[in-house]
Amino acid sequence: MTTAVSHRLAKPPGKLVPVLVVTLALIALWYVGAYFMNATLARDAFARAKKEPTASELLFATYAMDRPLLPAPHQIVTEIWKSTALTPVTSKKSLVYHSWITLSATLAGFLSGALLGLILAAAIVHVPSLDRSLMPWVIASQTIPIVAIAPMIVVVGYNLMNGQMGFSTDTSRFIAKALISTYLSFFPITVGLVKGLRSPDTILVDLMRTYSANRWQTFWKLRMPAALPFLFASMQVAIAISLVGAIVGELPTGASAGIGARLLAGSYYGQTVQIWSALIAASVLAALLVWMVSLGGTAVVKRMGLAR
Amino acid sequence: MTGEGTSGTAKEAPAIKIAGLSLVFNTNDGPVQALSDIDLEVKRGEFVSFIGPSGCGKTTLLRVIADLEQPTGGSITVNGVSPEEARLARAYGYVFQAAALYPWRTIAKNIALPLEIMGLTRAECDKRVADNLALVDLAGFERKYPWQLSGGMQQRASIARALAVEPELLLMDEPFGALDEIVRDHLNEKLLRLWDRTQKTVVFVTHSIPEAVFLSTKIVVMSPRPGRVTDVIECGFPRHRTLDIRETPEFLAIAARVRAGLRAGHSYED
Amino acid sequence: MNHSRGHIQPWIALVGLIALSALPLDAADPTRLLIREGPVGWGLVALMAAAIVAAIRAGRSLAAAILLALAAHGGAAMAIGLLPSLAGHTGSGFWALVLTSWLLVWALVTELSEWPRRPGLPGLVLSLLIPFLFGIWLLILWQIVVVVFQVPFVLIPPPSAIGARIATSLPILAADFRQTFFKSVVAGYAIGCGAGFLVAILVDRVSFLKRGLLPIGNLVSALPIVGIAPIMVMWFGFDWPSKAAVVVVSTFFPMLVNTVTGLSASQPISRDLMRTYAATYWQTLFKLRLPEAMPFVFNALKINSTLALIAAIVAEFFGTPIVGMGFRISTEVGRMNIDMVWAEIAVAALAGSAFYGVVALAERAATFWHPSFRT
Repeated sequence: MTTAVSHRLAKPPGKLVPVLVVTLALIALWYVGAYFMNATLARDAFARAKKEPTASELLFATYAMDRPLLPAPHQIVTEIWKSTALTPVTSKKSLVYHSWITLSATLAGFLSGALLGLILAAAIVHVPSLDRSLMPWVIASQTIPIVAIAPMIVVVGYNLMNGQMGFSTDTSRFIAKALISTYLSFFPITVGLVKGLRSPDTILVDLMRTYSANRWQTFWKLRMPAALPFLFASMQVAIAISLVGAIVGELPTGASAGIGARLLAGSYYGQTVQIWSALIAASVLAALLVWMVSLGGTAVVKRMGLAR
Repeated sequence: MTGEGTSGTAKEAPAIKIAGLSLVFNTNDGPVQALSDIDLEVKRGEFVSFIGPSGCGKTTLLRVIADLEQPTGGSITVNGVSPEEARLARAYGYVFQAAALYPWRTIAKNIALPLEIMGLTRAECDKRVADNLALVDLAGFERKYPWQLSGGMQQRASIARALAVEPELLLMDEPFGALDEIVRDHLNEKLLRLWDRTQKTVVFVTHSIPEAVFLSTKIVVMSPRPGRVTDVIECGFPRHRTLDIRETPEFLAIAARVRAGLRAGHSYED
Repeated sequence: MNHSRGHIQPWIALVGLIALSALPLDAADPTRLLIREGPVGWGLVALMAAAIVAAIRAGRSLAAAILLALAAHGGAAMAIGLLPSLAGHTGSGFWALVLTSWLLVWALVTELSEWPRRPGLPGLVLSLLIPFLFGIWLLILWQIVVVVFQVPFVLIPPPSAIGARIATSLPILAADFRQTFFKSVVAGYAIGCGAGFLVAILVDRVSFLKRGLLPIGNLVSALPIVGIAPIMVMWFGFDWPSKAAVVVVSTFFPMLVNTVTGLSASQPISRDLMRTYAATYWQTLFKLRLPEAMPFVFNALKINSTLALIAAIVAEFFGTPIVGMGFRISTEVGRMNIDMVWAEIAVAALAGSAFYGVVALAERAATFWHPSFRT
């Protein structure tokens, strides 16, 4: 039976065409939605101008408003193009500049979080009292909205570093945001790594014992390789949440730079197109980061010959 | 249908009639001839075994009979009608290699599953569940979950589930393949007595020669690439038999013939 | 080597005991010793000595564990009691007291961790006791460090101040909790998860849609969706519906992706079985595929319980009426009322773990058959 079934495993149907079609359908839906959401605003504008719009005039007006309820996709694309390609990256109007501010804090936080998680996981696997006292808290911390402490870390950390330690404003903000990202990313990594370091079967651990390998050798030759797939899976979660942390960290300090600051400024001044383009930038960033981690994961797993 | 003249009514039709049947799978590596030009007739009340090495198409043939695969050529009838009609009429019970019991249902609820799907009344369900559990010696285990039972008990429960449909025809795909020798012998004897008592038609897939010879009235020897029938052996043991017959010369002679058939099918391969 | 590690703390504690008996508690007053603090001081020293002896002599015994627990927490209580009179000029004896108490509790946790894991109630109590001790000592050390070093209140308030703040602000905390949890989170969670589940069942019927939507759903699940909060505020106003909308969007995609995955999780053999029964689509769905998908659905419900709370709180950072946990956190941070912020965080943590716990209990009841729960 198994052979018969495996023979039939013809090539799975491709994903590209369906994804494209669904994406196009969503964009079409977006245009329809934009028309209906902005129609009232557009009619008001025409009424103020004492003009009776034709159907097509109304349609085009809904797609070209200054502050639409829902901007049309091409408006967002135009805005993104204007604020990336047509603006020097050093300018405060450049989306690349703001993305970089957020990205740098995300990466710094993610890397230190990963390092911290690695150390903690290794300790938990090897020290029983830590496993039984600390691990429950690490697991429980997954269930609580840690992000709630972000404003406090930012404000308190910022004041501490800027006011008392004498760091510059930008550095203080950067460190505060990176701290939040560290904090958010180290929990999933610890949990994933502990699971991974424990994943080798008993017989494999026993095999290392028959070689009278010491803990260090068992760790590097058995546990760590076995944990790598788990590590990369949890790093995907961690880097996504790291980005959220950095963005949320830009909300409270009245920061003027970063994707979060753009979102906040946009919402103050009702600049919907700016909000949406910041949102798209954040999404692209998130997708790229997750994609890069998963690429790294695939490469490592393939090199280890674990790929299926 | 390629029978001589007109075939009889559905009532008198053979349990299974296959003529010139073939099946080609389309895979990544091009088409694979899984079954080639199979001719076979199974009469009512027979116990027929398909035996052959893996890849010979014995399971595929059983799945074609059950309408789980569609042939690409030839003809097949089950109880005188197409396999699809037979399936929709719930004409057969199918026992898989694994017990395939649903872990979230108790043993009783698992056996009631096909009956619920057929829309039987609650009372009828309960009666059939109790009867069939007793038939496979599992009375008292109604409220257990499958994962609380041993492998042999699970497989017995899955046989009870197939019998609960009260089919004329029982299709069994290596049902005891995953069990150890001792449990397998025991279940073989039970199955034989069940078949003797209920007068059902059984089609049985196996790769064990003693199992096939012990159970069957007819053994269909198959060989791979392409999957085809190389020999059909009638065995004339009495309907009521015990494991002792495995020591008799007749048994050994038939086993030798099956082995020879299997070897012949293999010979050109290397 | 493995075994000696568990027994090194009592020996260090012995050194600590001698130090705390001989060294002054107060840097400004060298004559102030623990043993001169009356019978309580004497008693504590005697208790600690007994605990150390018991830990060294009879490692794995209940009596030793009880003595260790009494001595460690007696020491901690003493230290915290002495705090107000010593803040700013603590002596080496005080630190010896804190360190010795801490070593004793460490010895206790090491002992308890080495006890064999037992099934049933005693095992459960033990597995809760050890992290509980850890948490308590985190609070004790926090309290001592913050008070002794006179850390500015606006930086980190001591736990006692946070506890007092919670006690005096219960009505505000309750109102915030009602606004954020019972309105935004519950409504958004129910709608988001429900919609994700139903759409998944629809999508599952159309293979093309499934192949097209699944990668997009996976992508969206990783995006910082809370960023849509300002847009939702524009669309649905400042009150809770805009927060609930953010929660809906945040929870929809994890549920969609998990349910779609779960619906295709059933084994081919089980699906063949349904086919031999000539079961209809709906019969197969309800009797086979939905039960098989339940572990995946519950996985999404658990992920979403955390996501929903995060989304609601962060969405409130973008503007709310004058109530709500996120609102309170962001405004009280601005006013430097850090103790109130900690109080809200404590409520959020409690709510988050309780919410998750309820979902996890429901999961246990609904998917008792799954290999991860079988007993």
